[in-house]
Amino acid sequence: MLDAVTITVSVASLLLAAWCGYATLRDQPTKDWHFIGMAVVTVLALVQTVVGVVKLAGGEKPHDGTVIFVAYLIGALCTIPAAAFMSLTERTRWGSAIVAAGGVILAVLEVRLFDIWGGISA
Amino acid sequence: MPETAPGVQRTGIGRGPGRLLLSLYGVFTVAALSRSIVQITLQFHEAPLAYVLSLVAGIVYAVITVALWRGGEAARKVALVSCSAELLGMLAVGTMTIADPSAFPDQTVWSDYGMGYLFLPVVVPVTGLLWLRRSGRQPQQPAQERTKARS
Repeated sequence: MLDAVTITVSVASLLLAAWCGYATLRDQPTKDWHFIGMAVVTVLALVQTVVGVVKLAGGEKPHDGTVIFVAYLIGALCTIPAAAFMSLTERTRWGSAIVAAGGVILAVLEVRLFDIWGGISA
Repeated sequence: MPETAPGVQRTGIGRGPGRLLLSLYGVFTVAALSRSIVQITLQFHEAPLAYVLSLVAGIVYAVITVALWRGGEAARKVALVSCSAELLGMLAVGTMTIADPSAFPDQTVWSDYGMGYLFLPVVVPVTGLLWLRRSGRQPQQPAQERTKARS
């Protein structure tokens, strides 16, 4: 269940990154639709946090330790909202570039989360 | 923050591409600081040098983030010095981790020239230095005058 959510978040965040990267190329700031996209990815990250916490509460142990796992869950949850905020303060193409970077960073965090939880076997 | 806003306007080091850099440095700050704090509190004896270096890296990143956010000529100089220190530290640690891996039983953010972080630790300070130099050369001219001056 957690792995499925992790993969979903990764794919969604890469799509968001590509979409906002395209806006950067076209010299456009982030628009309402982009923010809806960011909200969708954030909701997915929130689902992941809830699933992760439920798993921990159920007694399952992440491969690399609970502290690291929770830290990455929080990091993954905050990445896109932080990028969205920075994008609001920079209403140029560079605001779109920030969200694109945020999407890539979130995807990297998801890969790390996958490893920390224990990979495919867990 | 009303008193910092004019500073940002003045040299604009935190605007445009600078805002992207500022965001990246913010992420680096959080990543390096939280990582080193966790490692120092939980497993300091395992690789003390590596963890302290990660902490130093995090502090340098924090200084650059704040400097970019505040803007102004003084902040630009602070950022220039910090970016240079970051690049030198990164190259020194990168070389050390390859020359003498035994001194580093655990990874730092700067190990192997930042390979674990997609080489971003080496790309970002170079980009930062170029950006800070450029925005220092043309501090107050509006964009139109700049194009005229160039042609």
